[in-house]
Amino acid sequence: MTEAEIIQLGSRGKAGRGSGKPPSAAARGLAAGGKTRTPRARADRRTDADEDVSVERVENLQPTTPAEPAFTASEPVAGVAEAPIVDATVVEDGPDPDPADAEPAGADPIDPDDAGAADAKPGFGQLPPSVNLAAIVSELAGVLGSAVGHLRNLPTEQLKELGRDPLRAVLQVAEALGVDWQESLEEIVEFTRARMSGRYAIDEFGFDPEFTTKVFLPIMRPLAQNWFRVEVRGIENIPTTGSALLVSNHAGTLPLDGMIVQSVVYDEIGRHVRMLGADLIFKTPYSHDFARRTGTTLACQEDAERLLASDQLVAVFPEGFKGLGKPYADRYKLQRFGRGGFVSAAVRAQVPLIPVSIVGSEEIYPLIASAPTLARAMGAPYFPITPLFPWLGVFGLIPLPSKWIIQFGEAITTDELPPGAAEDPMVVFNVTDQVRETIQHSLYALLMQRRSAFL
Amino acid sequence: MPRVVLVTGVARDLGARFARALATDESLDVIGVDVSPPRHDLGKVSFVRADIRNPVIGKVIKTHGVEVVVHMAIVASPGSAGRSSMKEINVIGTMQLLAACQKADSFRKLVVQSSVSVYGASPRDPVKFTEDMSPRVQPRTGFAKDALEIESYVRGLGRRRPDVAVTTLRLANLMGAGVDSQLARFLALPVVPRVMGFDARLQFLHPTDAVAALLAVTREDHPGTFNVAAPDIISLSQALRLLGRPTLGVPLQFAPLIAGMLRQARLGDWSSDQIAALTYGRAMDTTRFVNATGLKPRFTTREALEELVSVSTPGLLNPDRVDQVLTGVAGLIEGSRRD
Repeated sequence: MTEAEIIQLGSRGKAGRGSGKPPSAAARGLAAGGKTRTPRARADRRTDADEDVSVERVENLQPTTPAEPAFTASEPVAGVAEAPIVDATVVEDGPDPDPADAEPAGADPIDPDDAGAADAKPGFGQLPPSVNLAAIVSELAGVLGSAVGHLRNLPTEQLKELGRDPLRAVLQVAEALGVDWQESLEEIVEFTRARMSGRYAIDEFGFDPEFTTKVFLPIMRPLAQNWFRVEVRGIENIPTTGSALLVSNHAGTLPLDGMIVQSVVYDEIGRHVRMLGADLIFKTPYSHDFARRTGTTLACQEDAERLLASDQLVAVFPEGFKGLGKPYADRYKLQRFGRGGFVSAAVRAQVPLIPVSIVGSEEIYPLIASAPTLARAMGAPYFPITPLFPWLGVFGLIPLPSKWIIQFGEAITTDELPPGAAEDPMVVFNVTDQVRETIQHSLYALLMQRRSAFL
Repeated sequence: MPRVVLVTGVARDLGARFARALATDESLDVIGVDVSPPRHDLGKVSFVRADIRNPVIGKVIKTHGVEVVVHMAIVASPGSAGRSSMKEINVIGTMQLLAACQKADSFRKLVVQSSVSVYGASPRDPVKFTEDMSPRVQPRTGFAKDALEIESYVRGLGRRRPDVAVTTLRLANLMGAGVDSQLARFLALPVVPRVMGFDARLQFLHPTDAVAALLAVTREDHPGTFNVAAPDIISLSQALRLLGRPTLGVPLQFAPLIAGMLRQARLGDWSSDQIAALTYGRAMDTTRFVNATGLKPRFTTREALEELVSVSTPGLLNPDRVDQVLTGVAGLIEGSRRD
């Protein structure tokens, strides 16, 4: 069942998390290992006061996590080993490499920029008159300067070539990127012809197998294999025929985990995973179109039963947006599992439930804060603020290359349950808890086994 | 003595086809009723010009000893007469007709043509509606609301006259050569506006299959409500590509604006649930009807649409032209590879 919470003094009952405040001195003192780290956290805060909310949050995680019994086993490996790495990517990326670069190339442009910064200073009334700002500006200028220097060295010959024959260049780039379309030119033309004239099949859910196997999965494959280096375990637990319901944890701000599961399952056993998605997906333009094409349908009882009745492999993420939009500090802590509707669908259809534990998805977009007002204005369940987003704009959408492990657990069968079990809420709750516990335990086990979040 | 069947709405295409087909049966005496004279040949049907909004219809039922009433005088789009006239025909007409039926002693059976519109349309819809499901978003305007009200009056009659077998057929959008529906006219526009980022799932029914379904439930007794449609679906983008129509993407927020412009240009009057159906898609599960009658539609959705394509003028992006362009591009790529 649920793990016992230890409520610490002075942290508003939240163990220093989620209350929007750093834990009190008492709370830090209570937690083991906290004292050694806090001074450094403070020092960090003093030096780069501008942008290091993220660092604070990550640091704050340290003292509190070991207090949790379920985590004590996994934290030494997962938590402590990871946090410094996150620190490194977040903090040191900025200042570290720059001093070297800044000196040689950046000498000229510093002056005008600096003047601009000086002018701007009075505007930021509340900011302390810091040397930092000037340093950052000079670093930025340095980076810019070196980038311009690099631009000069660009092979102009090749660029001219590209201008002369863009088509060929595109083909070459596609080849270089390893986009494996598995198609010869004639096939591509034939494919386009069929698409353009509407001669392709879709099923009643709007699933377009041709689009999925020829466009969507080839794009996901390099992402799964080379970027996230997904390690698949227990694939033999997925039946090669007949229906089954995959139940997975959900994390990572954007529902990439679903797409990755779809990709690896297809590559491993050649079956399409049909996912159940929230209604927001189907309200949103393009997301609706894309989701239906790739086989996702609305997470409702009727559709789930229809899919299960037609021998499909169905995947469901019962945490929903609660899982996707949870703060990074709560990573790998399963949220509430909806109302168990997926279980009653599976019980009614007498199909096995397969717990899926995904490790790595939490680190792709570490959610350090959310902007609830902005989210409400946009009609979204949350507005993510990660170390890279929205600061870097579109580039902030590039997921961090975490190392993924996907474990498909042993099937939990439902066909021995007595008839009418789907109508018995107690049975449904028990099975829901069983699935949830299984996923949570294997998440902890996987976290203990992995070396680090990114390697 | 032959059984007397009264068919309302025979001036229109589907009503005329159905009445004509029904009248070929020697054991039936078919009376067709409509306010305007039929445009089509009605065969052996005896036509009575009467308005179902008028109590006169009761007299027709009584004098002829009508046993079966097939109610097809349902208007799906306002047309030139306007929305208020449409609502009057649909709702008041049905009320009057059913009131007259309830009084008639000879009356034994009622068949009502309803529509897929009763399910509304929203992003929270299941992929296929079964007869027992209710709309996720209750339609508040237009034909969908009329259809819901018609069905509720029909249910009321079923309660008050339990001896009467009541069959309601929820027909999908008709599609095929010669179908003159709002949707068919819309798809035939030279440039079709569509909501960006959505690809609606469409499900059609060929008039031949609609007539066959109506005949089956008129000849045999199948009380209840049934969805009638082709088994498969087609996406809006597939349909438009089959028709070779270029599209104009419209953001979701501007869809009502475009619908208003279409109304101004007399290119159809789209209610919000119809726009929603063309945005999110809507389809019906027809298992119950197939199991009850053993009747499978002869035309799939795609075949019904292909029939429309075969008689309509080829669009700007028709497959032949697309072929030419593609062959050209393929040649270009081949050339640059050989370099």
